[in-house]
Amino acid sequence: MTKISFTINGKQVSTDVEGRTLLVDLIRDELRLTGTHVGCDTSQCGCCTIELNGDMVKSCAMLAAQADGATITTIEGLAKGDVLHPVQQAFTECHGLQCGFCTPGMIMASVGILKANPNPSDDDIVKGLEGNLCRCTGYVNIIKSVKRAAELMKA
Amino acid sequence: MYAFEYLRAGSVAEAGALLAKNPEAKLLAGGQTFIPTLKARLAQPSHVIDIGRIAELRGITVSGATVTIGAMTRHAEVAASAEVRAAIPALAALALEIGDQQVRNRGTLGGSVANNDPAADYPSAVLGLNATVITSRREIAADDYFQGMFSTALEDGEIIKAIRFPCPKRAAYCKFHHPASGYAMAGAFVADTGAGVRVAITGAGASGVFRWKAAETALAKSFSAAALDGLAVDEGTCIADLHAGADYRAHLAGVMTRRAVQKITG
Repeated sequence: MTKISFTINGKQVSTDVEGRTLLVDLIRDELRLTGTHVGCDTSQCGCCTIELNGDMVKSCAMLAAQADGATITTIEGLAKGDVLHPVQQAFTECHGLQCGFCTPGMIMASVGILKANPNPSDDDIVKGLEGNLCRCTGYVNIIKSVKRAAELMKA
Repeated sequence: MYAFEYLRAGSVAEAGALLAKNPEAKLLAGGQTFIPTLKARLAQPSHVIDIGRIAELRGITVSGATVTIGAMTRHAEVAASAEVRAAIPALAALALEIGDQQVRNRGTLGGSVANNDPAADYPSAVLGLNATVITSRREIAADDYFQGMFSTALEDGEIIKAIRFPCPKRAAYCKFHHPASGYAMAGAFVADTGAGVRVAITGAGASGVFRWKAAETALAKSFSAAALDGLAVDEGTCIADLHAGADYRAHLAGVMTRRAVQKITG
C-alpha cells in the first residue's frame, strides 16, 4: 500500500492505496464522488475527465498514487453553492446533453478548452473535444454550449 | 490489472538503482499507453517505478541550432512552447496532433520514444530530424535507435533522459488519423536538414518507423511534390490489419509525404 494525500474540490484527503488502484476508482468508490463517470475504461470516451493541477486528464488512465500531492477538481467541484459554473449553465441553456452520461466529462473538457482559449471557434471546440465521445446528440448542441459558455464567462 | 508495487523515483540514478534491483520492474512515464496496457493485463510487472516527477527529465532548452527536450516533458508542453514553435514549428505541430487534450496533458516524449509504437507520432520526428536520444548511459543516433515494432536500442535498465533535435531548414509533418483512436494510419515527417532531405514514415511500416530513402533522393534533387511522381512505398513492408490493408497504408504514406512537402513549399 502507498500512502497518498491530495486536495479534491477544496478538501484535503489522505488515504492508503494499492499500486494498481486507478484514480477514477478512488474518486468514485472510496470518495463517493460519482459524478465522474467510467464509460469505456479504455481512455477513449473522456467521461472520467477531471482537472489535475490545472490540466484536464482522464482519471481512468492514471494511478491514484500518481495523484499524490495534487490539487483535483471534479464535476462536483465546479459549482459555487447553488450557482452553476458558466459551462454547466450553458449546457443547461443550450440543451447540450440528452442522456447525460458523457456530460461530466464534456463539461470538464470544455472548461479546459476555455481556459486555454476564451474565444474558441467551432473548429477549436471540435479539436478540444476530440477526447470525449457522446453517443446521443451528434455534438451540435455541445458545440453551441461551449460557445455560450464563452459568452457567459466574458459577461 | 495484476497487482504490483508502486515506487516513485526522485532521480534518474534512483530509478536506475530500482530497475537494477527489481528485474521485473517497469518504468511509468505519463502512462497514456502503459496504464491501458496494465489494465488489459498485457503486462505483469513486479514493480512500477514512476519517473514522471523527476525534475532533471523535464524542460525544453534551445541552444544554437538544437532543441533539447527532457524525456518527461508532456506533449501539451511541447505543443504550446513558444521556443519549439519558433525553432522547429513542425515538431510543435506534431505534438498537437497526438491523441487528445487529456492525453497530451499526461503523455510524454520519452514514454512515446521508449515504447516505439509503430503508429506513434514522435518516432517520425526523431528519425526525420536525425535527432539524438540521450540516455542514462550514452547518446544514440536516431538511425541506430529504432529497431522494429516496439523495439529500440535501449538496454535493460537504460533510461531516456532527453532527445536533442537539430533545427532543420524547413520541415513538416502530415498525418492521416485513425478516425477512432487518433493514431497515425500513416504519417510522414519530411525535413530539409540543410545537409540533405529526410523522410520518416510512421503508422505504415510492419517494422515500425522507417526512412523512405527513394523519396529522400528524389526530394534532394528537386524539393517538390512533383519530384515524388511515380514513387511508391513498398506495400510488402507495410502493416495490414482490420483497419487497413498494406496497399492502402502504402498509398497513404505516399499521400502524406506529398502533402508534407506541399505544406513546406506552400
